[in-house]
Amino acid sequence: MIEISSIYKNFEEQAVLKGITAVFDSGKTNLIIGRSGAGKTVLLKCIVGLLDPDKGKIKYDGRDIVTFNKKEKMLLRREIGMLFQSAALFDSMSVLENVMFPLDMFSNMTYKERIKRAQFCLDRVNLLEAQDKRPDELSGGMQKRAAIARAIALEPKYLFCDEPNSGLDPQTSLRIDDLIHDITKEYKITTIVNTHDMNSVMGIGDHILFLADGNLSWEGNKDEILHTTNETLNDFLFSSDILRKVRNMAKK
Amino acid sequence: MILIDSIKTFGEYLLLMKRVIAKPERWRVFFRQMLHEMYQLGVNSIPIVLLISFFIGAVICIQLKLNIESPWMPKMVVGYSTREILILEFSSSIMCLILAGKVGSNITSEIGTMRVTQQIDALEIMGVNSASFLILPKITALMTMIPILVIFSIAAGTGGAFSIGKFTGIMTPEDLMIGFQYEFQQWYVWCSVIKSFAFAFIITSVSSFYGYRVTGGSLEVGKASTNAVVSCSALILFADMILTQLLMQ
Repeated sequence: MIEISSIYKNFEEQAVLKGITAVFDSGKTNLIIGRSGAGKTVLLKCIVGLLDPDKGKIKYDGRDIVTFNKKEKMLLRREIGMLFQSAALFDSMSVLENVMFPLDMFSNMTYKERIKRAQFCLDRVNLLEAQDKRPDELSGGMQKRAAIARAIALEPKYLFCDEPNSGLDPQTSLRIDDLIHDITKEYKITTIVNTHDMNSVMGIGDHILFLADGNLSWEGNKDEILHTTNETLNDFLFSSDILRKVRNMAKK
Repeated sequence: MILIDSIKTFGEYLLLMKRVIAKPERWRVFFRQMLHEMYQLGVNSIPIVLLISFFIGAVICIQLKLNIESPWMPKMVVGYSTREILILEFSSSIMCLILAGKVGSNITSEIGTMRVTQQIDALEIMGVNSASFLILPKITALMTMIPILVIFSIAAGTGGAFSIGKFTGIMTPEDLMIGFQYEFQQWYVWCSVIKSFAFAFIITSVSSFYGYRVTGGSLEVGKASTNAVVSCSALILFADMILTQLLMQ
């Protein structure tokens, strides 16, 4: 479980996060949604420790990382898996080597055990056949799956995904969403997904936070979101003509 | 303003070096990386070092022959001067200037691309000291390979001078050989190697610094590569002046 309380972050004069408080439970897919520039990425970066908040607390199962020194942060990060918007696979390594990388660095497994574990993770994301390929030989969806395999290699307690569906077609996006959701349930991970993909919201949103102008504007789940009276959220959700028509039809 | 910016940049460089010079998390991974970098930065540079040194050696020999030839000058002076130029300056300083262009831009663009494609963030998130993981193997690898490159350069330059003498007939090989061997100072070769260690550190650390601090996209990576090569070249020349003064006194 991750708890954040009163998170503030300014960049020079501009206030990006204005006192956000939330709890992210384990075994649930927690989504952070909002318009571009709402502060989603900054919040995620603060939570994973890539940025230090100006004020506030971020607790990983009771451990406040804001008070952690560099070494403590590094140790905590070994419990974290992260899926980046660009997948961020290492170009110089094959897919198998990418997945083996965290095992090489932090596990005491033998070489055979590391290969076995990496192949298990690749199999879990249905990518075993591409283990010898280089990242640039993979499609966008395959790269994301390889990145998920790398993120789960060390059996993390916390999984963070920054725009996992960006640049993917709707079908591949659904597959990535399902994979994230299944892995979260299977390993009881605390997962936080940063997205503005409405399919993800409706598909895997166990817990949804809507950010607007650096504030937490709405909080709920995928069943509650359709009935919200929050105007800013409604504007965001039904910003496309098709979705507006679907909503009007449903109302009728 | 420029002075303040320069001091700030130097401070950032020192802070990065503090992170770089740390005990590797896994020696096995470190040595694997180092071997890879020795191949990438060192072995892959051998052809260009041999090629350039061979021709420069030949050109130095021709120029000396044409410009200092005199009935009063012993014939072996051409070989002697060619050797001294190659050992004292060309094979360490000028060769490292050339390597700053090849290796330096390569390092900056590699690390810069890793930065803009979030690969460095991925390393940080995993709990890896990305600065040490990426930069330390490059520094140690080039510092290990540089004496070999310097020796190869001296040999190729001497070979170039010898070949031009032999095949064009402007000098007899015997006169050149006497010059090459005349008053040979072993210490000069050591000076060249010592200077090249410093230059290897400058090339790898400065280029890595420029790559590591890239923000933006491919355009910024390109600019960083150019800046890295310019800075490395200036620093190599500055260090050359100081080291030559210190070592040759």
